Amino acid sequence: MDTSALQHLANQNVWGSLWPELSLGTLALLLLVLEIILPKKSHDVISKVAIFGQFILLGLLVFGICSDTLSKTEIFNGLITLTKTTHLFRIFFLLASLLVSMIARVTLAKQTMPKVEFYHIVMVVAAAMMLLVESTHLMMGFVALETVTIGLYVLVSYCRESALTLEAGLKYLIMGALSSSLLLFGIVLLYGISGNPSLVGHTADGMHFQALGAFLQLNPHNFIASVGVILVIAGIAFKMGVFPFQIWVPDVYQGAPTPTTAFLAVASKAAGFGFLLGLFKLVLLPYSWLVIPVLSFMAGATILFGNFAALTQTNVKRLIGLSGVSHAGFLLLGVIASATIPMAIGAVYFYLFSYLLASFLVFFVMAHVAQADDANQELTHFIGLSRDNPFLSAILAIGLGSLAGIPPLAGFMGKFFVFLSAYQAKMYSLLFVAILGVVISIYYYFSWIKAAFFESVELDPATPKRERTEVCMGNRIIFTVIALATLILGFYQGSLGQWLSW
Amino acid sequence: MFLTLDPFLPAIAVPLVIALLIGLGLPKRWSVRLSYVGFLAPLLSALHVWWYYSSVPQNAGFAFYHTYSTGLDSLGIGLKFGVNGISMPLYVLAALVGFSAGLYAIRSGAERLKWYLMLLLVMQAGLMGIFASIDVFYIYFFHELALIPTFIMIGVWGGRDRNYAAMKMTIYLTVGAMLSLFGLIAIYVKSGVHSFDLITLKATLAQYPLEVIKQEHFVGILLLGLGILVSLWPLHTWAPLGYGAAPSSASMLHAGVLKKFGLYMLIQVVLPLLPNGLAHWSHLLALLALFGNVIVIGLVTIAQRDLKQMVGYSSVMHMGYAFLGIAANSALGTGGVVMLMVAHGLSVALLFLLTTSIHQRTETFSFNDMGGLARKAPVLAALFMAATFASIGLPGFANFWGELSIFVALWHYSAWMTSVAILGVIISAIYGLRSAAYVFFGEPSSTFALVDSKRPASDITWSERIPALILLVALLFVGFYPASLTTAINASLPASTVTQVGTHP
Repeated sequence: MDTSALQHLANQNVWGSLWPELSLGTLALLLLVLEIILPKKSHDVISKVAIFGQFILLGLLVFGICSDTLSKTEIFNGLITLTKTTHLFRIFFLLASLLVSMIARVTLAKQTMPKVEFYHIVMVVAAAMMLLVESTHLMMGFVALETVTIGLYVLVSYCRESALTLEAGLKYLIMGALSSSLLLFGIVLLYGISGNPSLVGHTADGMHFQALGAFLQLNPHNFIASVGVILVIAGIAFKMGVFPFQIWVPDVYQGAPTPTTAFLAVASKAAGFGFLLGLFKLVLLPYSWLVIPVLSFMAGATILFGNFAALTQTNVKRLIGLSGVSHAGFLLLGVIASATIPMAIGAVYFYLFSYLLASFLVFFVMAHVAQADDANQELTHFIGLSRDNPFLSAILAIGLGSLAGIPPLAGFMGKFFVFLSAYQAKMYSLLFVAILGVVISIYYYFSWIKAAFFESVELDPATPKRERTEVCMGNRIIFTVIALATLILGFYQGSLGQWLSW
Repeated sequence: MFLTLDPFLPAIAVPLVIALLIGLGLPKRWSVRLSYVGFLAPLLSALHVWWYYSSVPQNAGFAFYHTYSTGLDSLGIGLKFGVNGISMPLYVLAALVGFSAGLYAIRSGAERLKWYLMLLLVMQAGLMGIFASIDVFYIYFFHELALIPTFIMIGVWGGRDRNYAAMKMTIYLTVGAMLSLFGLIAIYVKSGVHSFDLITLKATLAQYPLEVIKQEHFVGILLLGLGILVSLWPLHTWAPLGYGAAPSSASMLHAGVLKKFGLYMLIQVVLPLLPNGLAHWSHLLALLALFGNVIVIGLVTIAQRDLKQMVGYSSVMHMGYAFLGIAANSALGTGGVVMLMVAHGLSVALLFLLTTSIHQRTETFSFNDMGGLARKAPVLAALFMAATFASIGLPGFANFWGELSIFVALWHYSAWMTSVAILGVIISAIYGLRSAAYVFFGEPSSTFALVDSKRPASDITWSERIPALILLVALLFVGFYPASLTTAINASLPASTVTQVGTHP
């Protein structure tokens, strides 16, 4: 065996920079190994290993960002670029997969499905999401995106005994395949046109963000390139759940098991935004004459559609899905503003993190209130929650309050930062739409809170008494910490506030 | 040494920490005990601030200046505390009304008392924060902090129509708050200083005022937003409904203190920062306030047959005077508004408190089912008469000075408006005295006689009397010794009212 090649690899040490993704993948594989070697009755320990392992990894990552030795590194010839931002997204996705695993323990306990594979796929998908945000090459991005999507196909249709889940799985499969093909077509167009030797600045490396950006800079009004740009945006818009590509959201969110819904709502959306932000900054800016009007239209329509559609929902999974659509609209506001206002990027990050914390609080409560039939989660099931289980109802109130953007919760600060940067970017009419959206959203978030707190069981004898899962100690501690973090981030941003000046 | 300590942070933090402890599962007995501390701490802080206000050094017009960083310095946002002559009286008002509402709530024995007190404590912290902050962002922030518990309290502990009232109030007030936030962001960005610090903003905008057309736009948005929050006609419809449904301590705090946020913003922030913009809108504002709030709502108030609705409407009506004082656009008018805010806050809180006490005895708010309560409860009757006189604005009560200064200021602005506005005093005398007559005098109605025979009405108890007396004594104290507040108010007005920009020099 030729050892010099290995020697060369070791000297370059590019794989070492990907240690979080690699260790997450290894951990995922370890779960499968454990499933084979452990006796069946002790399989419960596997999910604990998954959670514990991710917890350790999260600690290492947070330590990494605190030690502040991160500089911008390009590896694999520019396929992947690691920055402070991508490190932040690593923490984001790892936190998401950790919390999804914790929620999955609650939900899967009510199902008869095999359990280990769920944690396995969640972790693999999380690693792929990290790579997606880190990629600065369209091919790399596409491969990472496909890994995410294929993993999610499995996760969405995980409870394959339920008809609604199967429906959701099929819908997600068709929509996902469509969006991937749109994205791929866009990539091909961009690659083809940037390699056209008759154009100025043509490049053989048209997949690479920097080279492509430079080419688009020199050809700012090329028709084929504009079609490519629109198609790429459309492909990502499916992931973010942005109008007019949000139509799959309610059905898929309802049918998917609750932890998968949480993963879709938070991590998948954030992955789309992370990829879009990178693309926007490096590639799409020369086409802002086209991209900004398109995104502005999408943002306004998304906010209005998400909020109006959520108004009439009685199934909480559909409701939170559609409210997630409106949140994507608010985030898009920040993305558009980031074309001119540097602070807007920080605002988007802050918004994403506050959205992560708040959403998982809500999904955590949903997982406990849900029965064996996971798709059937109505607002009426929450009636009397505050009496039966004050802890869950308090968590729910903080989560929903933060999603609604009520001070002093983190969600308010996120909205405030986004609005501030949108105003600085002179997007006045979109801001009015956003304000309208906030007012509408208050209505349905409050009707949820109303169900949990205000409506008493005695008034509605038709509702049978519902058994709610007891909250175990570990979950209780973790989610109290997350609720407190939501509360404290609203009051005190500390060093997180410095993101806003990046 | 003693005076260099920050009096504001404890007034905000103590209620919040106690609320958090209750939320984390403190037993009921301890929750109640600690709540006393939570309401007492702001009161002590406020008395301290009031007593030493003139004897501490000032920083750009603000006494007890203290700052804390929350990590947003790069955006020009930070916790900056301090009071000037405009915020100091209101800070004291918030503490007084909060203390008496808190005492009343603790002794009220409401259902799920622990959670009720928790929300009330959060509200109290927010109220103290509004008037202690110099940073405009935090003024808004604390307002929202105090506003949210109101919705929940109405929804859970409210009277009839509580669900509808809570929903309507939530939506109206959220619209108002969001529009105000939009206006504030506009000032922040367009002033070019990228800071929410009121002192910096004042200094910059005094030197480089915004273009008049921008000022007009911004004040238009702010007036719409704040108008909803202060119940300017025709944006007032949430108020009587909400107060009618709210539990007594919540309506005391909301009508008494929280609603003053909009007026406070107009005087403390809009007037010094966008004087030309406000002058542009002042005529429309005066007309709406005069014919809408004072006359139309005044007549509507007379027509009420429900005591709590009547108090709710009367509070909407009195906001008209406050708007007139602002529209008059002079130091005298503005000072009058501050005085009226304090007086009205105390008197309307007192009225809501007594209304609930009456309800406990008659089990109804309807005038038709009352009568003759004075024989059973003479002290309650006396207190209610005093509160009514205060609300009408009789000399001896703080309200008199507020209304008088506003009328004098308005005379300089427009004599005919003053003549119409004075009609409002007659209107409030009519509904005030009529309501007292319906409730306390005459023969008991058959319904009340029935209720009384089942459960004989007793006079007002000490747990109701003490909170009521705190408010009444404060009203009389300011009424007989207005200099206790006006010295501070006067000193701050020239600094914040930019030289006459109105129609009259």
